[in-house]
This record gives sequence, C-alpha cells and structure tokens, in this order.
Amino acid sequence: MRAPVTQWDLALRALTAVAIDPGGLKGMILRARAGPVRQAFEAELSSLPKPRHRIHPGLSDMQLYGGLDISASLAAQKLVREAGLADAPASLIMPMAERTQPGLAAKLAQMLDADRGHALILLDEGADPDETVPASLRERLAFGIELEGLSHKDCANRLPDAAVLDAARARLALVRPAPEQAAQLAAIAAHFGISSLRAPLLALRAACVFAALAGRQTPVEEDITEAAELVYASRATRLPEPAPPPDEDPRQEEQPEPEDQGADDSAPREGVLEDRIIEAIAAQLPPDFLERTVQKASRSGNFRGSGAGARRKGNRRGRPLPSRPGRLDGTTRIDIIATLRSAAPFQRLRQRNRKCAPRIILYPSDIRLRRFEDKSDRLLIFTVDASGSSAMARMAEAKGAVELMLAQAYAKRDQVALVAFRGSGADVLLPPTRSLVQAKRRLAELPGGGGTPLAAGLLGAAGMAELGRAHGLSPALIVLTDGRANIGLSGEPGRTQAAADAQLTAQQLSRLGLPGVVIDTAARPGKDGAALAAWLGSTYLALPRADAQKISAAADAALGE
Amino acid sequence: MSASFPFSAIVGQEQMKLAMILTAIDPGLGGVLVFGDRGTGKSTAVRALAALLPPIRAVEGCPVNSASKRDCPDWANISSAKLTSRPTPVVDLPLGVTEDRVTGALDIERALTQGEKVFEPGLLAQANRGYLYIDEVNLLEDHIVDLLLDVAQSGINAVEREGLSIRHAARFVLVGSGNPEEGELRPQLLDRFGLSVEVRSPDNVDERIEVIRRRAEFERDTRAFMKVWKAEDMKIRKSILAARRALGKTDAPEETLRLCAELSLGLGADGLRGELTLLRAARALAAYQGDSAVTRDHLRQIAPMAMSHRLRRDPLDEAGSVTRVIRAAEDILA
Repeated sequence: MRAPVTQWDLALRALTAVAIDPGGLKGMILRARAGPVRQAFEAELSSLPKPRHRIHPGLSDMQLYGGLDISASLAAQKLVREAGLADAPASLIMPMAERTQPGLAAKLAQMLDADRGHALILLDEGADPDETVPASLRERLAFGIELEGLSHKDCANRLPDAAVLDAARARLALVRPAPEQAAQLAAIAAHFGISSLRAPLLALRAACVFAALAGRQTPVEEDITEAAELVYASRATRLPEPAPPPDEDPRQEEQPEPEDQGADDSAPREGVLEDRIIEAIAAQLPPDFLERTVQKASRSGNFRGSGAGARRKGNRRGRPLPSRPGRLDGTTRIDIIATLRSAAPFQRLRQRNRKCAPRIILYPSDIRLRRFEDKSDRLLIFTVDASGSSAMARMAEAKGAVELMLAQAYAKRDQVALVAFRGSGADVLLPPTRSLVQAKRRLAELPGGGGTPLAAGLLGAAGMAELGRAHGLSPALIVLTDGRANIGLSGEPGRTQAAADAQLTAQQLSRLGLPGVVIDTAARPGKDGAALAAWLGSTYLALPRADAQKISAAADAALGE
Repeated sequence: MSASFPFSAIVGQEQMKLAMILTAIDPGLGGVLVFGDRGTGKSTAVRALAALLPPIRAVEGCPVNSASKRDCPDWANISSAKLTSRPTPVVDLPLGVTEDRVTGALDIERALTQGEKVFEPGLLAQANRGYLYIDEVNLLEDHIVDLLLDVAQSGINAVEREGLSIRHAARFVLVGSGNPEEGELRPQLLDRFGLSVEVRSPDNVDERIEVIRRRAEFERDTRAFMKVWKAEDMKIRKSILAARRALGKTDAPEETLRLCAELSLGLGADGLRGELTLLRAARALAAYQGDSAVTRDHLRQIAPMAMSHRLRRDPLDEAGSVTRVIRAAEDILA
C-alpha cells in the first residue's frame, strides 16, 4: 500500500499532524537521546504554530500561570502582571521531559484539559526503559515515537511547507469523519488492550487531520490506518490475537470474548479492514514489546508522590541550607534577613540616585530565598528467614547487620525493625527503633528452625511498612531468605501453595512502592530468590556467605544511600 | 474556557453520576472519591455537573462567593452589596500545588514593593460554595492533604502566618480522583470522603463506540450538540432542585436506622461515619427518586458507594471491597 516507512518518517508525520491541529492533538512525545537525529528533529519544530516556547522540567508556577513582574513593577511603581504560558495558546517544547515531576505533569495536564490550544512536544531523553514521561502526560498527548538506531542520513525528509500546513489547517474544519469510522477506531483500540477512551478520540482527530492534509472531505482507509498506527503503537498493552491473548499481560482489562462478539455485531463488513489496520499497527510494535509490557506492569506501583518522604531540597521545613538568590514565584519563601543583608551595602549608592527614596531600597536581585533540606527518617525493615538448618548462622549475621546500621543511625537518621519468619508464622522481633541498647536486648534471644512461611513474613513486613509510613518514616525493605517457601499463609505445609501465596503477597507488597533489596542467602543461590526480587520489584543480591559488614554495606548500596 | 460536555451525554458510569448528583442534592455528604483508570471521564463528569447546576448568587467581587454582604470577609473590603449570579465554582487543585496557593497568603511582592499588607486569597476561597476537584488525589503531598482535611471538616479556612490572621468560609464538596495502582490513599483521608465509586473503562465495544461518537460530535459542532442534550440536562437539574426541597421532608423510619447499623456492624467498618453517610445518602436518593421515606432498596443501592472505602483492607481479598459490601447488603437487607 505504502512504501515501508522509517521511524523518522513516522515522527515527521506525527509532527505534521500536531503542527496542523495543535490544540486538538495536544502534542507528541519523542524519545531519543541527544544527537544529530534529535537535532534534525528539533530543526523541524520551527514549523509549529507560534508562539513557540522552550520550557524545562523545573518550570515554575510563575512562568506557567503568570504573576507579578517584579522588576517592571518596581520600575513603573505600580503593579505589572506578567502573562504566563498557560494563558495563551502556544507550542511548548520541553527537552529532558523524563525528569518532569508529577506535580508539574499534573499542572501541564490540567492546562491541556482546559482546551486552550496548547501543544506540548516532550523530548524524552531517558536512558532506562522506566525513565520516562509521567503517565498523566503520556495519556493526553496523541503520539509517542521512538527514534533509535537511526543515523543522520536517514533523516533526509523534511516537513511540508508552511503554506501546505496552513492550507490543511484551514480545511480541517470541513472534514467530517464517517460515523462507522469512530466505531472502527474504538474496536481496534480494544484489540490492543487500550482501555483509555482518549486514544480512539485522538486517533479520530488525527485521521481527520491526515484527510485535511490530503485535501479530502472524509478520511479514507489510509488516513484511519495511519492515525491508528501513530496513536496506538505507543499505547498498546497487548498483541491482538485471534486466539485468546497471551497471559503475559497482568493488567488486561477487557475480556476478549465480548469484544470479539461486539466487533462482529457492529461491523461485520469492516472486519477485513480492521484486520489490515491491526496488522499494520502490530508491525510497528517494537520487537521487545511484550517484555516491556510486563516490566511496565510490574513497575506501575513504584511511581509515588513527592509526599513519600524521601530526601528532597525544599523551602518549607527541614535542616536549613544557605539561602540563595532567586525569584519569588509562589513556591519559594523569602529569607528577609539575607535579603536585607545583600541590599545593605548599596543603600548609600541607591539613595543618591533617587530623590524621595524610601528608607530601604530593594532591587529584585537582592532577594534571597530560603531553602531547607527535608529528609524524613528511613525505616529499614529487615525481614529474615529464620527457618531450617542454616538459620542460626543467618540470624546471627542479620543481627550483626542490624546492630551495625543502628550504630550509624544517629548520622543517617535511620530506624531499624526486624521481622523474622519461621515455623508457621512471622514475629516482629524488633519494632522500629533507633535505640541500640533496646535492640541488643531484644535480639539476644532469637528463635530459629522450622519451615519457611515466606508469605507470612512478607505480610508482616507489609504491616510494618504501613505502620512506619503512618508515622512519617520512609520504609525500605531488606529481605534475607533463600526464597524457597514451603509453608502457605494458612500455616499448612506444601510447596506449591506456599509459592503461590508468596508470589501474591510479594506482588501486593510491591504496590507499596518501597525501595528494597532481596539478599539471597541460599548456599547455592538460585532462581527462587531472583523470582522473589522480581515480584517485589527490588534489587537482587546473592550473598551465600554474607557476614554482617557485607549485608549492611549491600543494603546501604542497594537502597541508594 | 470552552463549554463543558453535557452531563446527561456521558455514556454509562451510572454509579459515578449518581454519586455526584447525590452530593449536589446534599453537599453535606462529604464529597466523592472516584477511583479508576485514566480516560474514563472522571474530570469530564465533575465539570459537567457544575455546568448543570443552577448558578449561585453571590456578592459582586467577593473573593469567597459570599451569598450576602454580611458574609463577606472584612479583609476583602467589598463595598457593593449587589448580587450577581456566577456559575457554580469548580476549582482544580493540581498536584504539586503549594500551601500558599491553597490557603492564600500574604502577597509578599506587594508587601515588598509597595509596603501594603494584602491577603491574596487561595484556591480554598475560590472553591467556597462549589466543588474542589483533586485529580490524582492519592499522589498529593501529605501536608496539603492534612490541610484539606482540616478545612473540609470545619468549613473554615484559617490563615495564621506572616503577621496575618484571617479566616473565611470554605465550604465545598471535595471530589477526588485517582488510580489506585499508583498509590494508596491514607485511611484517614479515605474515611473523610462520603462516597466512593470505582470506575473502569467500558468493556463493551458498543458502549465505547458510543462514547467516541458523542465526543466527536461534541467537538465538531458544540452548539448543536448542546442543544440536543440541553433538555435532558434540565430534567436532571429540576430533579436535583426538587430533591433539595424534599430532603427535609424525607422520613427515615426506625427500621431503616436499625438496618444501617446492622450493615455497618456486619461489615466491621471502623467508626460511625459510615452509617451516618449511608443514611444521609440514602435519604438524598429517596428525595431524588421522589419517595417519601427511605427504604431497603435505597440502602441497597447506596451501600457500595458509602461503605466500600471504610472497610479494613484485606491484602489477599482479590474480589475487592465493593463485592464484599454487595454481598453483605444482600444478606442483611434481604
């Protein structure tokens, strides 16, 4: 039908569509590392409708919503408001988009939802698969394209001329999709497991744009195919299969059967066309698509708000840091003393230049902002397997590690807790504490032996983590086990049931999004421990003969301290 | 801002729509929590509801939408007593919002440049007598959550900082939405929401197609589309207004109270807020449906949304709490 297209051509088509209908399609995400290819793409951005602004992930409220222009106000001696980016339609280009914080993403999403004609071009430079743009934005922008493995030579094609784009924009209002085309797009989205209803809406809009570009009054099959390819390829959560879909996809929302029936009922005639489009999109999916889907699903719980208590630099509370110059933008607080101090040496000079001056003359450059380092205490939850023969040695090492970490607790503001599991259940041996004395006393007598109720142990750790969080700590999990569960949650022995229970609890626990490390203490570290780490979404370390120092160092390294 | 999508044109999502209508009838219910996937029309519904409600009468220029001159806060320096009508306010509280912006604060730039001590009202002031909508409420920072809880309960926003001492009315219906996969909400905040509903994207292709079709029509020719749905919207508005009037006259017989308590006990919900909300919401539903007394049927319809978020979480119960509530309601209200 069409010549095979490169990723570059796809990116260009997407950009063309956004340039024609910025307000309707809301923009696109381009994932590419900095380099000649991305530079070539950035050069094309000049076709976007004006005004164009480059923004960055540290965008302040002041820049976004506008506010008082302090220098102009001071100069004019009256209040001068500065317009914000959200006030008027604009094309916003954001490099380093993968560093967007959830807070800014929410504000941008709100801006896009207001339908004021903003388009957002996010240049995602993430290196890791999970280093990416927040989902709230990915969901709202029409296209997501990856430019990888391209050389500069592949990027010869260019966007159509501005005149062509303008003409298409003018024609767009006249394009009417046929009623069954919405149905087709919705059905195709369902085949790819795209649950959001924004996707088919955006695809329909894109199809109209492509029709307008080609000078048609109604989108034809080609437009629908292209729109569906561009919009759905980055959102698909499963491969369409005539047979029941593979069970790799844990987040699958729809039951396959009613869908198929529905598609058959509503559009028996278009079945062939849909199949063709579906094949075309499936061809666009990257080869490692399924792996990624699984990863994405397992990581979805790790995204947390900034209220989670990790270390951050802020201006509200915590240990004071030196104040520094900056602008007041509503998120910052002024350090009055430092501001006066920085203005003081120039008062003579400034008084001389003005006739009826107030007693103190402040310039915007004098303003100093207060900063704090806010860090909540960490709660390290040691979850230790106290079962079977090697228990005694392992427990002794865990004990040692707990004591080592406690010894540094004053410096690091860590608290430590210990949950041990053996026999038929888990016990909290040490509730969260910072007291070395108490810990030593509690740890002196230590039970060991029996089966491995891994699920119960994880449940105990989960309870402890929630408790810690309720007290404003940020919990982190350190699991020492060989991962070979043999006692289920009910307390009954049986490997199969125990493993299933362990998997279930581990996956529940991973929803809490705790940083964690699984230390495999088996004599021959095997797949059990690694599987547990995968379920928990934590780091995996095999330390068959770990001693206390090694455990404490490994825990520190793995938890990023 | 462009016209918002008509409330009656939202396809499906009956539970969410019902919960929102109930809070419109009785704003004292304490807000709605909508948990579900992205792109299921959560924010569309909130905006649509506000557009559906009759405009409020408020003093001209008053930053907190006061209904009469007497209610205007003195710091606002309102001189006119003229009433103007304005649409029911819907205020978005974005993630990452600062405390200053929520409560309002001293306008520090004006203080510095002009030496005036002026209070700059925040989002809570704007939301008075309307709706405060928080998308991704489960990702909101803790100190903002604490602040909202406090204000939502007392109905008064008190600002004591930077030499200011200011209070103003802040009565609003809290509507929160979020995706539970991305983070849990603290039980304290969960309990504060009166009703909670779970939405999922429609799993029926025809329904999905209908959604797309209506939205596409709306975007293509907004005016014609609004005209088509206006009558439906007006019908809902009338029922809401009628229900507001009937609310005081709706009876709650002794037997109903007993059932509420039994249901709450049967589910092992913490605290008494559950059954209070259950009764209140059931009464609003009875008024909405034009019945003179609250019956078992009303309770059965309301129980899932009033109780499901107040249960102790059971990490291994895959069925979800809504199913548990429905099961219990079937048993007790049979």
